[in-house]
Amino acid sequence: MSTLEVSVVTPEGPILEDSFDMVVCKAETGEIGILPKHIPLVSPLQISIVRLKKSGDTKQVTISGGFMEVQPDKVTILAQSAETADHIDVLRAKQAKERAEKRLQDKSDTVDRYRAELALKRAINRLEIANS
Amino acid sequence: MKSLASLRDLKGRIDSTKKTKQITGAMELVSASKMSKAEQNARGFVPYAEKLQEVVSSIANSNTDLQHPMLTKREVKKTGYLIITSDRGLVGAYNSHILKNLINKIEQNHSSKDEYTLIVIGRKGYDFCRKRGLPVAQSILGMSDHPSFADVKDLASEAVQMYADEEIDELHIIYNHYVSAISQVVTNKQLLPIENIEEQSASASDYEFDPNQEEILEVLLPQYAESLIFGALLDGKASEHAASMTAMRSATDNANELIGDLELSYNRARQAAITQEITEIVGGVAALE
Repeated sequence: MSTLEVSVVTPEGPILEDSFDMVVCKAETGEIGILPKHIPLVSPLQISIVRLKKSGDTKQVTISGGFMEVQPDKVTILAQSAETADHIDVLRAKQAKERAEKRLQDKSDTVDRYRAELALKRAINRLEIANS
Repeated sequence: MKSLASLRDLKGRIDSTKKTKQITGAMELVSASKMSKAEQNARGFVPYAEKLQEVVSSIANSNTDLQHPMLTKREVKKTGYLIITSDRGLVGAYNSHILKNLINKIEQNHSSKDEYTLIVIGRKGYDFCRKRGLPVAQSILGMSDHPSFADVKDLASEAVQMYADEEIDELHIIYNHYVSAISQVVTNKQLLPIENIEEQSASASDYEFDPNQEEILEVLLPQYAESLIFGALLDGKASEHAASMTAMRSATDNANELIGDLELSYNRARQAAITQEITEIVGGVAALE
């Protein structure tokens, strides 16, 4: 059975390079699953968790948006930051979550709600896969 | 007596030069190791940059009538300059090359301070601009030696935002490009609007776009521009450490030369003192006879 070469690349270098059977991620237009021999595709991704499946095992990677490029035998995810479960700084994620929540509760106009929401999303994703 | 005093003087100068030499020698080693780390960081960034470039160019070239503000030239009312300098001195001509290039640019292209604004990374550049009263829109001081993308993300996205909000109509970046450990070249690039996207080899496939090209560009181009800024920063940091290493090496060489000269005069003075003493003794004995 053919597999997909998956690489998750950030500005600080590749985070993960391996072959998998299936890639599931959240595109801007909704969740999408990629199997080998997919048509070449480019799509932006949401701040989300990417699931990589290989013979029953699932590996999870958090990404902070970015986009993916799909070729029949290769998937490249380009994100500004990405972490696998063992690279997540749980304490930092918790602090980021609290900070973002506090900002969102603040009613004054000076708070950049959009950015706080994005930060909250990222923190929740990180905590989720770190605890799974 | 005079020669004794100058002997002690010389000894003191030799000692202090030796100490300086030890310090510059150590700093050279530190810079060398920082440089190789910075070089490694810059290499780690290459796959990301290449992939991004590939996708951007495959979209931009597949569809020539694509419109996006970041790809379209507009009338320039205000230009932004992003300059990358160091926080510390002791880096030879690293900062002065960049600042000289900036001043030349400004003098050539602008007649008043309303026509440009500066985004500055590094204390040396910041102090320079403040002293001359140049308009600084944003700055980062105390950038780490090995910056992570998060360190520069805010500044980069705000710079891109300034362009999107039409606060500036062009963005240039000035930094030292790392050629090798002994050669760094001042580079002046236009970042926005994005021009001359290199044509990729025929391998670039015809992609499906989900949802469509315009919306992908909406995500892709800011990410691309931000990554270029980060790339320039990594490049600049490698140059900074290389420049620092070269500066420290020549300081060490100069110290060696100085120590050599001083030791020569020290030995001469010592010999002269001895000769004089013998002459005095011989003269004294001759007087007694």
